[in-house]
Amino acid sequence: MNTVNEQVISLQAVNKCYASETVVRDVNFNVNSGECVVLVGHNGAGKTTLMKLMLGLTRPTSGTVEVLGGNPAFNAAAAQHKTLGYLPESVAFYEAMTGLEVLQFYARLKGVSNLDCENLLELVDLADASRRRVGTYSKGMRQRLGLAQAMLGDPQLLFLDEPTTGLDPLLRHHFYELIDGLHKQGATSIISSHALNEVEARADRFIIMKAGVIVANGTLDELYQQVALPIQIRIAVASGEASKIAERLGSEVNVVHVNEQSVCLICSSDEKMSLIRRLTDLGDAVQDLQITPPRLDEVYSYFMSGGQS
Amino acid sequence: MNMLWNLALKELRDGLRNRWIAAAIIVLGTLAVALSLLGSAPTGAVQASTLDISVISLASLSVYLIPLIALMLSFDALVGEFERGTMMLLLTYPVTRWQVIIGKFLGHVLILSIAILAGYGGAIIIMTLLTGGSFDGWQAYVSMMVSSLLLGAVFIALGYLVSVLVKERATAAGTAIGLWLVFVVLYDLVLFGVLLLDESQIISQQLFSTLMLISPTDTYRILNLSLFDGVSQAAGIAGVASGSGLSGMLLISVMLLWVAVPLATTLLVFQRREL
Repeated sequence: MNTVNEQVISLQAVNKCYASETVVRDVNFNVNSGECVVLVGHNGAGKTTLMKLMLGLTRPTSGTVEVLGGNPAFNAAAAQHKTLGYLPESVAFYEAMTGLEVLQFYARLKGVSNLDCENLLELVDLADASRRRVGTYSKGMRQRLGLAQAMLGDPQLLFLDEPTTGLDPLLRHHFYELIDGLHKQGATSIISSHALNEVEARADRFIIMKAGVIVANGTLDELYQQVALPIQIRIAVASGEASKIAERLGSEVNVVHVNEQSVCLICSSDEKMSLIRRLTDLGDAVQDLQITPPRLDEVYSYFMSGGQS
Repeated sequence: MNMLWNLALKELRDGLRNRWIAAAIIVLGTLAVALSLLGSAPTGAVQASTLDISVISLASLSVYLIPLIALMLSFDALVGEFERGTMMLLLTYPVTRWQVIIGKFLGHVLILSIAILAGYGGAIIIMTLLTGGSFDGWQAYVSMMVSSLLLGAVFIALGYLVSVLVKERATAAGTAIGLWLVFVVLYDLVLFGVLLLDESQIISQQLFSTLMLISPTDTYRILNLSLFDGVSQAAGIAGVASGSGLSGMLLISVMLLWVAVPLATTLLVFQRREL
């Protein structure tokens, strides 16, 4: 299987213009084998266009796109597509065919056996509906069928465009389990998503896009460092002790809120450890301690608003 | 090859599923039965076989019907998939764009051959057996079926060209009807109108032949009415056809060219197309 850090995707100085509009501007990034990269950005930020560029459905106006060691826009790349899975945003199927027929049609194109189709339908919970026409499927069922086709032939590279829209919470959970399963086998995935809280824990890296430009690219920790959003620490104290403890901490500690039994503090990530040491020095007065790091959506809105928290 | 077959098979199944093939068989079959019933009446004077008469009347009607069926099959083939978004997903599979076009083409030609074979072939066999007639001149009839398929292939290819060039399905449907009108009705109308007005005979026999060759439907007509003696005598154009100097080979090549050029153009446009 793939060795670690092998590059599977590389985009260099990629621009994409339609007519007079530039939808992707000077995009550079690499994706290593086995990574799970999440593309975040508002509608029209260029996420789908980036995926299409990587899939070879469109060609860049300038710059180079390399996927699995080749240019995806050439017919020669068709062979590489055997190891690739794609779930488009609002996936569409041949309505007159049954779910099983659709999957078998795609499976034959990938050289996957029919037995695998039945198993995949079972996996996405569509076994009962497999002999119904896709035209009768609900949005969630289509999405699951879309996921099943993307998983045909154990792909090494997955492109998932807004994969969990239309799925209920239980299915979302199930969906991420399936993706995790593929990851354990060494698959690389590129996921575009709005649902930040869902992807927060799963992604290795985030690429935040705004109006066709990449405004941030890094792991969650790196992004926290970049934005330097404050960390919230909440300590529980004995009843009535709160204001006394707040005073003892002194003026250099930023106390935002005090009530009867708790004190709420804010610090930067650099100060975090020293503050925690000071808190533990207080001994038994501090009964409990809760640290809340900034969430991805805060990081996201920081970048979206142009660097102001 | 396997890939092409997969794609063709899908079109064929669609054709069966949406009753396309059944409808086409019924239309073509009814036509063949009706015409062979009508055609059996006036055979006496020229001693033509019933089959020859059927070839003449069916060829004259196929000129209208086959292009229509072919265009209805094909106008939606690409633009429909662009619009619904199924093409985008299909192209992320290990298929090349030319395989998509050729696979679809094979599938649609297969649908049309089944319709022609069952409709025209089945009907004539049943009628001949029922009326106790002879199968004399079956070669002309088979040739009519094959050339009908060729005519259909021409319009499938033209339908694809329309389908790849326009942005919306409705435009494709409108353009396809326009194409049908031009090739099946207007071209002949204008050509014969000019001939009637051409009192000083500026248009030579040579030029006229060339003008006929430009239209795939006229090529089809000449091919069917002139290739076999029995048919051309019964059709009363024996002199015209031999005088035109158009050999069967040339006529067939022209029709093949009418398949190849639109198909190749479709491919070229599709290759450049961004989704």
